[in-house]
Amino acid sequence: MPKLRIDDQEIEVLEGMTVLQAAELLGIEIPVFCYHRKLSIAGNCRMCLVEMEKSNKPIASCAMPASEGMVIHTQTPMVKKARQGVLEFLLINHPLDCPICDQGGECDLQDITMAYGSDASRFNLNKRAVPDKDFGPLIETAMNRCIHCTRCIRFANEIAGVPELGAVGRGEMMEITTYVQKTITSELSGNMIDICPVGALTSKPYSFRGRSWELSNTPSVDVMDGVGSAIRVDVRGREVMRILPRQNDAVNEDWISDKIRFAYDGLKYQRLDRPYVRGKDRHLHSVSWEEAFGKIAEHLQDIPGDHMAAIVGDMVDAEAIIALKDLMAMIGSSHIECRQDGARTLSSPRCSYLFNTTIAGIEQADFCLLIGTNPRWEAPLVNARIRKSYLLTGLPVVSVGPFHELGYPVNHLGDDPLILERILKGRHPICTQLQNSKHPMMILGQGALRREDGQSILFLARQMAEKYAFVQTTKPQLLEHWNGFNVLQTTASRVGALDLGFIPSRTGYGLKEIMESISQKKIKAVYLLGADEIDMELLKSAFIIYQGHHGDRGAAVADVILPGAAFTEKPGTYVNIEGRVQRALKAASPPGEAKEDWKIIRALSEKLGLELPYNTLEEVRARLVEVNPLFDELDTVQRAPWQEFGEKSDIHAVPFKSVIENFYMTDSISRHSITMAKCSLEILGGQKRANVDG
Amino acid sequence: MLKNSDKIFTNLYGEYDWHLKGAQKRGDWDNTSSLIKKGPDWIIQEVTASCLRGRGGAGFSTGRKWGFMPKDDGVTARYLIINADESEPGTCKDRDILRNEPHKLIEGALLSAFAIGSHVGYIYIRGEFFREAERLEVAIAEAYEAGLLGKNAAKSGWNFDLYVHRGAGAYICGEETALLESLEGRKGMPRLKPPFPALIGLYGCPTIINNVETIAVIPAILKRGAAWFAGIGTPENTGTKIYCLSGHVNTPCNVEEAMGIPLKELIEKYGGGVRRGWNNLLAVIPGGASFPLLPKDICETVLMDFTSLAQAKSGLGTAGVIVMDKSTDIVRAIARLSKFYMHESCGQCTPCREGTGWMWRMLIRLADGIGSVKDIDLLEKVTYEIEGHTICAFGDAAAWPVQGLIRHFRPELERRLSIGKVA
Repeated sequence: MPKLRIDDQEIEVLEGMTVLQAAELLGIEIPVFCYHRKLSIAGNCRMCLVEMEKSNKPIASCAMPASEGMVIHTQTPMVKKARQGVLEFLLINHPLDCPICDQGGECDLQDITMAYGSDASRFNLNKRAVPDKDFGPLIETAMNRCIHCTRCIRFANEIAGVPELGAVGRGEMMEITTYVQKTITSELSGNMIDICPVGALTSKPYSFRGRSWELSNTPSVDVMDGVGSAIRVDVRGREVMRILPRQNDAVNEDWISDKIRFAYDGLKYQRLDRPYVRGKDRHLHSVSWEEAFGKIAEHLQDIPGDHMAAIVGDMVDAEAIIALKDLMAMIGSSHIECRQDGARTLSSPRCSYLFNTTIAGIEQADFCLLIGTNPRWEAPLVNARIRKSYLLTGLPVVSVGPFHELGYPVNHLGDDPLILERILKGRHPICTQLQNSKHPMMILGQGALRREDGQSILFLARQMAEKYAFVQTTKPQLLEHWNGFNVLQTTASRVGALDLGFIPSRTGYGLKEIMESISQKKIKAVYLLGADEIDMELLKSAFIIYQGHHGDRGAAVADVILPGAAFTEKPGTYVNIEGRVQRALKAASPPGEAKEDWKIIRALSEKLGLELPYNTLEEVRARLVEVNPLFDELDTVQRAPWQEFGEKSDIHAVPFKSVIENFYMTDSISRHSITMAKCSLEILGGQKRANVDG
Repeated sequence: MLKNSDKIFTNLYGEYDWHLKGAQKRGDWDNTSSLIKKGPDWIIQEVTASCLRGRGGAGFSTGRKWGFMPKDDGVTARYLIINADESEPGTCKDRDILRNEPHKLIEGALLSAFAIGSHVGYIYIRGEFFREAERLEVAIAEAYEAGLLGKNAAKSGWNFDLYVHRGAGAYICGEETALLESLEGRKGMPRLKPPFPALIGLYGCPTIINNVETIAVIPAILKRGAAWFAGIGTPENTGTKIYCLSGHVNTPCNVEEAMGIPLKELIEKYGGGVRRGWNNLLAVIPGGASFPLLPKDICETVLMDFTSLAQAKSGLGTAGVIVMDKSTDIVRAIARLSKFYMHESCGQCTPCREGTGWMWRMLIRLADGIGSVKDIDLLEKVTYEIEGHTICAFGDAAAWPVQGLIRHFRPELERRLSIGKVA
């Protein structure tokens, strides 16, 4: 452990740390442009130059390994001059258009120039002009502003795994570009906007819409996949202006997917802002809350409790789920379902539906088996972790399921589920590699569980896990041991709903039975809580109550619409794929008469004369803890003990299928986002906008 | 003056046969295996004792550089790379070695590779050296055919393969780490140091990179002894050196002479004197375009070696001596060099990318007499903001000629500004 002195403070650091990191630990600020803690070191901006004794030249602190006996000075005239010099060089070809630049107010170059630059420019010649590039529908470019830090190039190459960006030309003529005018095809491309230290890469949907100091920031959670990335919702008035990542090294590190980042414009369109009731003319009529509740009460009066079913959708918070569960119990129905996609997951044991390895745990794995999943689309940040692990340790990835380009080499064994049986029996060439792995992990995708034989596949996977080293102890009390069995849930509400037991008990109907019972008139009313991903044709003949925030598939067939709040408009609890309980805060008010979801259910219960026993958010959350004590522990992963699950029966020889057809449109918000529609066309469909130059 | 018998490059001018047969007649490949039998430690010891300093421009001790190689673990590959990307304006010494003495280089490569424990060597040759690369390929093929390369090279028991890799004509690829990047198939951009290539070089393996001339003199040092080599020149600057004389001399040429020969003697004796006499001399760039020029009064006395030229605030560099007589527009000449550096900057790090263009633009204005005296100060400050702040030495190389100009010819710059725009 080398000891060094920085500005007369001594510090002992870990082997391999740089001078910059050591200074950071001491709280000494060294300005940087090209350095980013999650990217490789480029050392090209020269902003971090510091003075080192016994060296006649200043050294780049971001790249210099801290070593024993170094003496570093960061505040000497030599350093000050070097910083001023570098800033002057950066500014001679940087347009001084801060007043019209979207980065203004949150620009590294602006801030660092204020802190370390000189007061006036000595440059009296013409500035360089660089043509702007077309990177697709998400990233706006202003290449005159580029300072060539190459953060975006390194991000594309290292994190995203799509080597589509590079620098062409040399010296002053160097330009960052795709080859040529090609759209960036990463699901993480928006992060380049964040890491760009200047206004060269800015958000296209956000361009010229607002200034950073006008926005209020609210910490929240990504609900568009199951990962539960930490996000920040920036709001002006009640309009969501943009969504940015928050740092959470356990989950999303510094990144978020393009879907959560850019789909927020969907929050503005096709919103349900008042209750509706379908009249005798089969048209929806806007009504008051009283009337809507009255219509429901009137209808449910004639229906026995167990003739009613409830289905919970993909983006619902745990508070609303527990309220609906309690309501259904009071009504006397056990037909509750959270698996609107038909997945054969059960709510017990807990280890059978969690990502047990944890996302950060992927970095410890030395073998990864993907079963029926496309992590790049189902959970881009899990995919980024797998890639990170591949880069760090050369993690071998093997896939059984449809082939996808994932950004790292994948040994694709085929899409036949029977391959798994051969692996289990040790009759597959991959078995030797598997046997030699100390920390293997498997990721079971929804493509493997949304099948008739989902339970058999779970059984098979469990046997594989126990036979090889995926699970290293089957004794439930030993939790510290490696657990490489993972289910990749694709939705934000699923784990929470399973934790709360929002699936039918033995006598209750699941999704399939509900559908069948409707045609047999055994189910007469269905409560859809944000559930849009079902075949609505099969529900039509029942009385449908739709509670949600978008006029999507569910609302189209509803008899009563109760307008709810989107994830940005309510405080909510979500459980991510690892079983991590996370809270999102309310960033804006719901539109019109829309209300927070648990409140709607609470109010309805009163109208039905059943009155749920909670009146405040705190009381609902206390109820969550009562149902499942795990909800008391925020932001930590409670590991699930290993138990038996699955049922032994034959595997169907039907190939695994992908569950996501279009990454950019998977839920009611993204389906109504114009930005996501453009992405579908230009990135997936390969259609360029007409006005593309070059 | 160097005795004829002390000359290493006896076919520098291509008067004799450059093929293997001819080279062997001149003593190349003579007893190579017996030198190898003496072991790598002996070779490194001899090279260190000869005080050979790298001939690529920086003048670092070759023996010490080789000593930086980590111990051979028997697993990791080790590489020898010969830098033949000779692009320094005013320099053409390696070119003549490649043309006329390729076997000295190949023999030196085998000996050096054995000393550092390398089985694979690359010669990274400048793209424009098309005929030279062809000749080198022929020479290597001859060596393979004669069993001097490949398995059991020269019956020494050492396996050594030598490859020629042609560059694409970027000046920066002569910088050793940019050369590595280029050799690995990427854009030629210098790497951060540390780690130095001796520890982490080509494909992450220990690598030694030496100039053509450095490698080509190794056989002579080993055959004739370190003491002989160290006896030539001055104590800190030993051996012989090929000087490249160009510009306003009557007979521009390459010449092998002892280190530390007086500059005036070099010009008078081998260059046939300055055009229209010594008094017509304006300035000399002694070490290739990267080094500051020297005005006539310093040229009278300065010795051509690393130490003396550094004292004169210039450097020996590649020993590319560019002589300029009084007909030269010195400001425009340096501005042209500045343009070269702007064009060749790789664009990776800020001071060099942005600064080289700024310097050139200021210089052409000053050459035209546009601006004020303050602009000279600004230009000088900018050169010091580039120097020492960049990843590689290119920034220094771009800044030094301008600094030399301002140091020695400031009155000329001021004169132009005082009369305003000149035609």
